[in-house]
Amino acid sequence: MLKSTVDRVAGATPHAIAKRVRRLSDRALAWLFVAPSIVLLLAVNIFPLIWTVRLSFTNFRVNRPNAEVQFIGLKNYLSILSDKDIWLTMQATAHFLIWTIVLQVLIGFSLAYLINKKFRGNDLWTTIIVLPMMLSPAVVGNFWTFLYQPQIGLFNYAVGFLTGADPSSFSMIGDVSLAPWAIIIVDTWMWTPFVMLICLAGLRSIPSSIYEAAECDRASKWRQFWTITIPLVLPFLMLAVLFRGIENFKMFDLVVQLTGGGPGSITELTSINLKREAFEKWRTGYASAYAVILFVTVFGLASIYVKALNKVKQR
Amino acid sequence: MELRHFKSLAASGALLAAGVANTGQASATELTLCWAAWDPANALVELSKDFEAKSGIKMKYEFVPWPNFADRMLNELNSGGKLCDLMIGDSQWIGGAAENGQYVKLNDFFDKEGIKMSDFIPATVVGYAEWPKNSPNYWALPAFGDVVGWSYRKDWFARPELQAEFKSKYGRDLAVPKTFAELKDIAEFFQKREIDGKTVYGAAIYTERGSEGITMGAMDVLYSFGFEYQNPDKPYELEGYVNSAKAVQGLEFYKALYDCCTPPGHSDAYMSEDIDAYKSGQVALHMNFAFTWPGINADANVGGEKSGYFPNPAGPDGVAFAQLGGQGISVVAASEKQDDALAYIKWFAQPDIQQKWWQMGGYSALRKVVEDPGFATSQPYAQTFLDSMAIVKDFWAEPSYASLLQAAQKRFHDYVVAGQGSAQDAFDGLVKDWTQIFDDEGKY
Repeated sequence: MLKSTVDRVAGATPHAIAKRVRRLSDRALAWLFVAPSIVLLLAVNIFPLIWTVRLSFTNFRVNRPNAEVQFIGLKNYLSILSDKDIWLTMQATAHFLIWTIVLQVLIGFSLAYLINKKFRGNDLWTTIIVLPMMLSPAVVGNFWTFLYQPQIGLFNYAVGFLTGADPSSFSMIGDVSLAPWAIIIVDTWMWTPFVMLICLAGLRSIPSSIYEAAECDRASKWRQFWTITIPLVLPFLMLAVLFRGIENFKMFDLVVQLTGGGPGSITELTSINLKREAFEKWRTGYASAYAVILFVTVFGLASIYVKALNKVKQR
Repeated sequence: MELRHFKSLAASGALLAAGVANTGQASATELTLCWAAWDPANALVELSKDFEAKSGIKMKYEFVPWPNFADRMLNELNSGGKLCDLMIGDSQWIGGAAENGQYVKLNDFFDKEGIKMSDFIPATVVGYAEWPKNSPNYWALPAFGDVVGWSYRKDWFARPELQAEFKSKYGRDLAVPKTFAELKDIAEFFQKREIDGKTVYGAAIYTERGSEGITMGAMDVLYSFGFEYQNPDKPYELEGYVNSAKAVQGLEFYKALYDCCTPPGHSDAYMSEDIDAYKSGQVALHMNFAFTWPGINADANVGGEKSGYFPNPAGPDGVAFAQLGGQGISVVAASEKQDDALAYIKWFAQPDIQQKWWQMGGYSALRKVVEDPGFATSQPYAQTFLDSMAIVKDFWAEPSYASLLQAAQKRFHDYVVAGQGSAQDAFDGLVKDWTQIFDDEGKY
């Protein structure tokens, strides 16, 4: 009779090891299997987090190995929360976050709605639309700086062509009023396809029988959209908002490439500001407190949001 | 683990490494030299082939583009990394690197090898080698002299029709400016002018936000307007010096120059963006470090007789200063190949090697090279280099220089490029920032 693989492996296990393993309970075995992952998680996530919290109460600077490290209580936290400039970066981040999410949801859902209709070239268009999100943010940031160039940039040329304005008369990334929109446009261009894909998954998960029943009841397309499509796609939309919200809260690479936080500090998002504190000014303790505040903010908001998402799903 | 335990462990590791470095000095087969990725670095690679041939030591290089140079290399020094044996670090790093034991002190080595700092241009010794400043404590050998100056389109200046128009408008010849006010007139004159069917602009200046660009550019102008970093008689007293009326006037001038006369989209420009603007024929005047001049001179589009060079013109009181650039070469304390690294510095300090360095495009800081009677005429920009090096000033080189620099970057960019607040607000804010930083440092 042929032996199964399991039987063969079991048979080949040295007696001493087999005996020891046989003594382990199911629970112990389960722990044995998950232990490597837990150790890794503790080493690369939990320990740094605890260490960061510890550093946040000190005046530690990584570039001053000889300086005395003092425990300064909540001084870093108070200093951050009362710093006008940090609140300005928070405002810049909120502006970026809100507008990118609004635009990406509106455009992403509209595209998904269109792509969901059967038409010729549907697959080709889907592929073309999702291309931007496959690019590296650093590359996207870099080439959009060329597109935004007042003298040679295609973006300025297109705006000039459509409005009759002189393309070199405005600078998207050099003007205080335009720069915040410049980064929103690029992020929307890059990440709308992601929202579209999630919405598309939502739209395709709606059984056609529901629409057929609505047709029988003579419900208009408009009514079907608001009473069937939107409620059933809403959990997917909310998921997309969660993903994009978390991603854009920690947005760094794209904006650094595009504007470097300028002009002035108008597009200096919290992540850029944090990086400057930690790795340019080397205020390690201060930057740790800053990171803890941001972590608590994102974690708190995300937790509330996930609860809301679960409620919507249960309806 | 307690932080102090962690620190003592790290310190023990560093001591152990230092012990190994001092005792186990077997001849290395490779040395790694860290510097910025730019034209002079390529020249140094060529120059160092002579060292490789003579010593049998292979040279490796870690060159990082300027915008990331400080981040990358200071990370390396702060973490006690062993990537670099030799570091050609920026002049402002010297205070931190000396106080934190990241560079090897070179006094004994210089004495033993007969290398005298009096043989080098004094400004480069103070700027690149000494900490504390103006004290005989040397942490580097001046390696690359550099200073901010100007190049201009000599061929455009020479056009009779432009000469005539300029004279009728300003009542003087279109020539190298003697004052910053004259420089602005010239920049305005060229702004949006059609030359050979192409729209050109006045001046390419430093406006970069991310690293040090706008500070280097603004300071380059501010010095000549009377800006002082501190009370000369009372160190770290800033009020009334940093935010003096003269400093405010200087920053207002820099903003006016940015607003009137730069090419469109010039809101985040540093060395490479400025050189691109100049070489592509967009601007008449070009602020940049002297290292760009050999490249301009050799450029097919703007090189040779088409370009001229001049040092910073004078401010309203008739005095002129310029922002120091350049670097010294240091031995990294964490290196395990210190003897070989010192051998490289010994080789590099030789007059004939310094002469070759200049010929290959590196700005030697050795007086024997730059004071040679033939030096000033050896290249079209050589005299301008000498004149500029004679009037240099430098940014803070304190251990907290990075924080001081970031504060200046923010205040200057907020005012000059973003147009937020006034020049007085910018300097008052800067005094507040710098005072806080020095207070944290225990300077008061």
